[in-house]
Amino acid sequence: MEQFLQQLTNGLAVGSIYALIALGYTMVYGVLKLINFAHGDLFTYGAYLGMTLLTSLLLKDRLGMVAGVLVLAGMVMGLVGLLGVILERAAYRPLRESPRLSAVVSALGASIFLQNALMLVYGARYQVYPEDILPQTAVSLLGFEIPLMRIVVFLASVVMMAALYLFVQKTKIGTAIRAAAIDQGAARLMGIDVDRVVLVVFLIGPALGGAAGLLVGLYYGQVNFTMGWIYGMKAFTAAILGGIGNIPGAMVGGLLLGVVEALGAAYLSIAWKDAIAFCVLILILIVRPTGLLGERVAEKV
Amino acid sequence: MAAPLLEIDDLHVKYGNVEALHGIGITVRQGEIVTILGANGAGKSTTLRAVSGLLRPSGGEIRFEGRPTQLVPAHERVKMGIAQSPEGRRIFGTLTVSDNLFLGAYTLSDKQKIARTLAWIYELFPVLEKRRGQLAGTLSGGEQQMLAIGRALMANPRILLLDEPSLGLAPLLVKAIFQTIREVNQTGVTVVLVEQNARAALKLAHRGYVMEVGRIVLEGPASALLSDPKVQSAYLAGRA
Repeated sequence: MEQFLQQLTNGLAVGSIYALIALGYTMVYGVLKLINFAHGDLFTYGAYLGMTLLTSLLLKDRLGMVAGVLVLAGMVMGLVGLLGVILERAAYRPLRESPRLSAVVSALGASIFLQNALMLVYGARYQVYPEDILPQTAVSLLGFEIPLMRIVVFLASVVMMAALYLFVQKTKIGTAIRAAAIDQGAARLMGIDVDRVVLVVFLIGPALGGAAGLLVGLYYGQVNFTMGWIYGMKAFTAAILGGIGNIPGAMVGGLLLGVVEALGAAYLSIAWKDAIAFCVLILILIVRPTGLLGERVAEKV
Repeated sequence: MAAPLLEIDDLHVKYGNVEALHGIGITVRQGEIVTILGANGAGKSTTLRAVSGLLRPSGGEIRFEGRPTQLVPAHERVKMGIAQSPEGRRIFGTLTVSDNLFLGAYTLSDKQKIARTLAWIYELFPVLEKRRGQLAGTLSGGEQQMLAIGRALMANPRILLLDEPSLGLAPLLVKAIFQTIREVNQTGVTVVLVEQNARAALKLAHRGYVMEVGRIVLEGPASALLSDPKVQSAYLAGRA
């Protein structure tokens, strides 16, 4: 029981990080039908920016713990969001009218560029987060000790996801995003500036990815310039699992993947952790090719 | 005679290397219903798409209220007063009926005005109000057509472009929709109606144009076109 609960909560924490990253993939795919392969690297930038800002600005000393971390998260999200917008301008917008494959190649190129730029600045070694940011205490839940950090990661992710969900469902620009994802031409006929929708998507997706990077840095305490690759793959898997283009799907897919992976690692073998994730993907795609929440209604013609 | 609202002057449009419109001219005056007739592939929808800015002309000019539109992107043309109910309806199937209608009013910010327009649309098409919380993709073909027209009207347009509103609908429903178009026109909205159902369209319209493979081959008052032998043999034959 103890092991199960520990692994379940760990899975939820990791899964919520997958979900945050997956949202970036799924939103961009929804509007542009493009897989932004550089998204994993934007996640890495979030982790590194968080580390640098923490060590250079001494936010915790100046603002206290809670305010310091919130300001830090805001800065990381803003900067990575900005980076996402620049990425779209530089790597994707010039290819908007080109064949799909050109944009894919551009995405891979952008990924390599971002990764290597980071390595040139920080070096190839693992970098360590400052240790004393959040208290390394545990809280008692159902009689078991759960690390506080795990709960913080999970709650922070859930809050961000809920905020995104409300934004997309309730605001005017959110509705415009959903409309542009369904039919760009028809969206233009409504007076929606699709370029602006794309801009917003490339601001929000990377901002959430950057926040996920920061959470991973805080959770595991160390970062590496290639970490975006495996997190990106997992989050991409989560997005497909939930039904790519579907925002609640990315959330469900991320959490499910995290939990399955954690339980699999505990009860089967830790060495098979990544293989289990991809086996789940294959199994679900065999049964439901559109993902768990993909294509909610059939279009009536 | 009222001033021209929309002037299409020597319009050329190309798809890749193939020219679809070979220099057409159409004038629509304030308050009119103008119909564009023609067979499949004549260039009717292409013309509307160019007016809405979804296609860039390769030559010629489209003027709205005397202003050239070349440099105006599609989304800003809605703000100028051009709304379209496109070919194939293109409703947002996974959004609700009321989401679809509110998207039609995307360029407007006056909430009271939007609410008034919405009430009017629900008056024109009561079934939309009944189904407002339903996903638009679950509506019947006729209801989807009403939604597409209602959505375009939500923008409070000066000119309404309708691309084959009768396509695939039962005759009774076509009659109802055309009646509604007349009502809309009587409130002062200028209408451009692209149709294959030539008889119904000519009965509704003030004037008409007939297109064949990217050219205007005939134009005139609707009544004159209705009795024109060429129109009768090509577009009205065999229809009741």
